[in-house]
Amino acid sequence: MGLLSLAIWTPIAFGALLLALGRDDQARAVRWLALIGALVSLLVTLPLYSRFDAGSSAMQFVEKGPWIDRFNVNYHLGIDGISFWFVLLTAFITLVVVISAWEVITERVNQYMGAFLILSGLMIGVFCALDGILFYTFFEATLIPMYLIIGIWGGPNKIYAAFKFFLYTLLGSLLMLVALVFLYTKSGGSFDVATWHNLPLSLPAQTLLFFAFFAAFAVKVPMWPVHTWLPDVHVEAPTGGSAVLAAIMLKLGAYGFLRFSMPIAPDAAREYAWLMIALSLIAVIYVGLVAMVQQDMKKLVAYSSVAHMGFVTLGFFIFNDLGVAGGIVQMIAHGFVSGAMFLCIGVLYDRVHSREISSYGGVVNTMPVFTAFALLFAMANCGLPATAGFVGEWMVIIGAVKANFWLGFGAATALIFGAAYTLWMFKRVYLGPVANDDVRVLTDINSREFLMLGLLAAAVLYMGIYPKPFTDIMNASVADFLKHVAASKL
Amino acid sequence: MLDKSSLIIVSPEILLLVMACVIAIVDLGVKSRLRNLTYWLTMVTLVVVAYFTGALAAEDKTFYAFGNMVVSDPMGNWLKCFATLAMMVCLVYGRPYAADRDMLRGGEMFTLAMFSLLGIFVMISGSNFLVIYLGLELLTLCSYALVALRRDHTASTEAAMKYFVLGAMASGFLLYGLSMLYGATGSLDVATVFKIVNSGQVKHQVLVFGLVFIVAGLAFKLGAAPFHMWIPDVYQGAPTSVTIMIGSAPELAAFAICIRLLVEGLLPLALDWQQMLAIMAIGSLLIGNLAAIAQSNLKRMLAYSTIGQMGFVLLGLMSGVVNNNTLSAANAYSSAMFYIVTYVLTTLATFGVILLLAREGFESEEIADLAGLNQRSPLYAGVMAVCLFSLAGVPPLVGFYAKLAVLQSLVASGQALYIWIAVFAVMMSLIGSFYYLRVVKVMYFDAPITATTVSAPADVRIVLTLNGALVLILGILPGGLMTLCAQAIIKTLGT
Repeated sequence: MGLLSLAIWTPIAFGALLLALGRDDQARAVRWLALIGALVSLLVTLPLYSRFDAGSSAMQFVEKGPWIDRFNVNYHLGIDGISFWFVLLTAFITLVVVISAWEVITERVNQYMGAFLILSGLMIGVFCALDGILFYTFFEATLIPMYLIIGIWGGPNKIYAAFKFFLYTLLGSLLMLVALVFLYTKSGGSFDVATWHNLPLSLPAQTLLFFAFFAAFAVKVPMWPVHTWLPDVHVEAPTGGSAVLAAIMLKLGAYGFLRFSMPIAPDAAREYAWLMIALSLIAVIYVGLVAMVQQDMKKLVAYSSVAHMGFVTLGFFIFNDLGVAGGIVQMIAHGFVSGAMFLCIGVLYDRVHSREISSYGGVVNTMPVFTAFALLFAMANCGLPATAGFVGEWMVIIGAVKANFWLGFGAATALIFGAAYTLWMFKRVYLGPVANDDVRVLTDINSREFLMLGLLAAAVLYMGIYPKPFTDIMNASVADFLKHVAASKL
Repeated sequence: MLDKSSLIIVSPEILLLVMACVIAIVDLGVKSRLRNLTYWLTMVTLVVVAYFTGALAAEDKTFYAFGNMVVSDPMGNWLKCFATLAMMVCLVYGRPYAADRDMLRGGEMFTLAMFSLLGIFVMISGSNFLVIYLGLELLTLCSYALVALRRDHTASTEAAMKYFVLGAMASGFLLYGLSMLYGATGSLDVATVFKIVNSGQVKHQVLVFGLVFIVAGLAFKLGAAPFHMWIPDVYQGAPTSVTIMIGSAPELAAFAICIRLLVEGLLPLALDWQQMLAIMAIGSLLIGNLAAIAQSNLKRMLAYSTIGQMGFVLLGLMSGVVNNNTLSAANAYSSAMFYIVTYVLTTLATFGVILLLAREGFESEEIADLAGLNQRSPLYAGVMAVCLFSLAGVPPLVGFYAKLAVLQSLVASGQALYIWIAVFAVMMSLIGSFYYLRVVKVMYFDAPITATTVSAPADVRIVLTLNGALVLILGILPGGLMTLCAQAIIKTLGT
């Protein structure tokens, strides 16, 4: 069994074990088993880092075997510099989420933990799959655990949110399915992604394919104007669900652009780059403004996610190395930061049971340690230098300036909105005098919460201060990617 | 005509017939409430029959018997094997339910089930219009009786009446169509009819006139729109232990006679019947999926879902011949076969859960009756959820690969119209996923109405768990069954 198979199937095996054995009266054992599962799942991904050859743009750790003979579908895995970090990020975030749920989830603990571990394996599968159907299988299968997570452990309006999440994303991906089958027929019976990359296609065919993939990935990212599901879902999802959704699931869509839309239909991608850039800028500016007026903390962070993902797609569609690499770095950074933001909200929610900004005020007086963490993540969300949030945004802006000064100017200006809504929320929640009795009786974070936020804080700082390891690994693959999309397939 | 080799070829049918009669007689002396002796005799017979047909199917050979009246080919044998297994599963799930509802005072359920299985066998292996019709009548007559088995129950009786009237009309259609073909070609033999039609000597108009009636008759049996009206009423009205029988094995037989009549007999007319199937497929997808949303009765919802699913089977059947080119025919028909086999597998488990939850005096057929099932029994909720996600076509469950195969055969045709039909089908399955999800929602997100634990006899428990696991396992490893279906169709059609 290869390393990637191990990374995919270890969490799924632990998840299945939890579902099969766990009972509510043994919640303690269940939690420990889940923690061991998440830890082992993270450990098995570490050899990937030590053995990865950063100088090569080729697929590494490749595994290939027949899966469905009749349609020439292969169990074909492999990662390059573009997908590498997401495997580790997924395993890492899952570990943090397991810790975050420790004593918060008391009902059906085994199903909660099992769902997250299975989800983790499926998402790693999405990043590793090099076969169209294998990719689609993992991509769609993630909907099932997430649907259940939102619906079972979510807030008051959870059922609406669960349905909206499932149907909205399914709508997009079904069009992608037709596109996959179309490519299979066009390529003379192959679901191999690399074959599709080199398949000559006419511009009308490329356009149709591009928009079919766009339907799937834009909903997932989510890009304006198909982002409306995200705030509703984030608000109702349990803390862990929000964290995984923002940290990893949104990246599945952005990753899809890099692996499918752009290399398979490069001419259409260049043809419609203006549209993608326009949508991204609207996301950055307009959604940023929308975030500013939110009363609900989770909604605010959700809109901020849309705005940040706008930077990612903006970076991709300016077609230069800083833009694309910046987009990927921004995806990783946003994974840490948005996950951390949602976990912070979770810490407050567990104590006060309110997500309204107006229910808080002066939290710093009663929870100083926690506020220090929250400040760090808020700064990272604004893109302060020396935090993870800065690196990606800065690279994308430089890339945008290289492409077109006014584009870069627009993107840079938009950063102000990011700072505005984040800092304003921080001020209203944490600073000032103690606002009410709920805040007065708050207790500071315990060691478990300290561990979970500490892990994320370390990642955010490390990536902000020394981003070289992150960019080094992706450089060769990004250069190769750009060379590929620059060549016409007509 | 009664040569020895012919008798060997039909030995599974003979065994079924003999044992059905033996069991009917032995049953007279059985006293137990659950009719254990009858039940186990039936099971043993079915196991033997399933083994026989499976072994025959594995041989991959085609034989004709009784002067080409009957054929034994890989597709037929596999379908017979699956139908037998499906019937066994139906009886396992249905027995406790039937006993609670006073339907096991005599052993008719078992004898009728065996006779209807015999009818299915005859339908599948018939290569002569009359033999096929004979099998069909045997099956439907047993089904009428089964639906009416709870004779003091108004809904059942009403359903039986509806089923009988509409079913008789459908049989009439089919028979009328067949007689038109006989009149035009002078033969009842499927292969001979094919030759004569292919030679182009017969007037096209007469053939198409007959064809319309045949397609209408088949559509009745499959439950495709606009001949679907009986399905919701019969599914809902029949005792659930009978609904599961009607909804599983007979679908396999209906598929088989579609292949026998339309493909083996009338492939030269493909252009004509494909158009009819296309219209029916679109109608079924539309009506099935939209009407299912409005249902609060689970059995009725599943009935509409069946109609929608049959739309997909028809999509597979209609994409075989493109511009008079039959190259992709095997691909298309095997996708339809894979679809219907996996559909039957999934349907068995969904009705199995309904049967399991039903108790004396409580039918458990409203969607709301499943509320909070996850809290009462995570295992059965899991089985049901796996099946529903599979029916909705979500990977990694087997229903997804079935839809994928059908979509692939549509897109492979290369015709713009078919690609748009594929997009339409995909959109309809999106709508479909809504009502499947709603049942999952009721099971997982709603609070339970009752705290009673779910208990079931050991045999039901084991079979149901295996059934649900199979939906998942075949979803993770669908390759084997897909290849099996493809090989069976290729060997059977000979091209």
